[in-house]
Amino acid sequence: MTEITGYLRPDGKVGVRNQVLVLATVSCVNGVIQRISREVPEAVCVPHAFGCGRGGPRDLQILFRVLSGMVRHPNVGAAVLIGLGCEIANTRNLTPLIKDCGKPVEMLNVQECGSLKTAQKGAEAARRFLTELKAQPRVPVSWDRLLVAMECGGSDAMSGVTANTALGAVSDWIVERGGTVIFGENTEMIGTDHILARRAKNAEVAERIVQMVKRADQLANDVMGNLAGVVISPGNMDGGMSTIAEKSMGCIFKGGSTVINQVVDYGEPPTEKGLVLQDGPGYDGDSMAGLAVSGAQVMFFSTGRGTPAGFPALPVIKVASNSRIYKAMPDDLDVNAGTLVEGKSRDALRDEMIALLARVVNGEKTKAEANGMEVFTFMTVHPPF
Amino acid sequence: MQNSLTAFPFLVIPSRRKICGNWALPGFPAFGGRLHDNVLIIHPRDNVAVALRDLHPGEEAKGKGVSGLRVLNEIPASHKISLRDLAAGEEIVKYGEGVAVSARAIQKGEWVHTHNLESKRWRK
Repeated sequence: MTEITGYLRPDGKVGVRNQVLVLATVSCVNGVIQRISREVPEAVCVPHAFGCGRGGPRDLQILFRVLSGMVRHPNVGAAVLIGLGCEIANTRNLTPLIKDCGKPVEMLNVQECGSLKTAQKGAEAARRFLTELKAQPRVPVSWDRLLVAMECGGSDAMSGVTANTALGAVSDWIVERGGTVIFGENTEMIGTDHILARRAKNAEVAERIVQMVKRADQLANDVMGNLAGVVISPGNMDGGMSTIAEKSMGCIFKGGSTVINQVVDYGEPPTEKGLVLQDGPGYDGDSMAGLAVSGAQVMFFSTGRGTPAGFPALPVIKVASNSRIYKAMPDDLDVNAGTLVEGKSRDALRDEMIALLARVVNGEKTKAEANGMEVFTFMTVHPPF
Repeated sequence: MQNSLTAFPFLVIPSRRKICGNWALPGFPAFGGRLHDNVLIIHPRDNVAVALRDLHPGEEAKGKGVSGLRVLNEIPASHKISLRDLAAGEEIVKYGEGVAVSARAIQKGEWVHTHNLESKRWRK
């Protein structure tokens, strides 16, 4: 079996990258982040649209969980937090959530010395961290230290036939070796709650699955009214999907066929190994953030219509469902699962994907990583005030 | 489609088949690998297979685990074909799970879609 290596973190986690993260705590300082990114392109610089103006308890919970989770992420070796000062998610409020992870974190606030000086200090800190991290060695780790996320987006009629069946085979392989696989997108579980619940480890997990899917279903109806029908759209039916259960099966197949050991909340790290579900939304960007902040070190992402989206500090392996899109987007797609209808066996494709996974874990860049296609956004439930 | 989409007449609802269906065009290089396979069974328990290209009445459906299956209707690529005779009320099994129920008897080789099955979920 292929050897894999990673970076040991002070909190016991294993990273497969050793990135310096430069993160805005609030959108007001995005210009500072952009300046630092021009000065220190090797750092993972993350501006975003959040950080203040939201008071609901659920939005605050997610905001703090995601921002602190980015700093705590195992692929991050050190972080520079750029704050404004008066925002709700300021560096002072974030400190208690990140101080126990043991990695070096520099915190700077624009209201203390202005934007240019903050950018200069931030760039200096990022450069210093980059030098420090270069001294850290990769060490051999076992497969059971991996948490691999499975995601699908920009799906087509073949996504559930080729790409997601390949992802499912990889999922089963990882779980068999003691690793953890997580997938979310509760909207794409609608109609399959009874099937997922049957696969749950115990009655408690089964109940959590049923409640999660019921809520996703209810939300779709509440928000979209009679538009909720688009979860199984005329386009889906045109592609041969006859029922919502059939469409959803194509989505959940990416998690493989093993026992579901846990359901975690959006962005919550799993405490169980094996297959874990996340109670998160279907929108790609929001879903990726939830899975990343849960601690996934690598992600497989299947697509039929094609998407370039990656995620900061997280290698995302793109799997095409058909040869046409694989050829049309050579800069974005890593694996062609369309070969499954051209004579390649599922076992052969699975083995190729596992070999690629091992190389990516060991440092090989995915296309989204190499080309800087990171997207950073996350779930909110209310509009800002 | 009857819903509030009528309030947004400028919206074009993308058809997955039309936009992404090019992979299934006859003669497209995607099918250069194993020319004889035109259907795929996803899970051993399944009683339907997926058409890998448009299938036409009278031709033979071929794939791993499929032999002597005569196609009865025009079946668009990525749609389902029945692997055996099904009585009314039988489960349609795809991905190894029941995803629908037949609304009437379905013959081996027949196109399986919304016209001859119903969703368990919305069954009245």
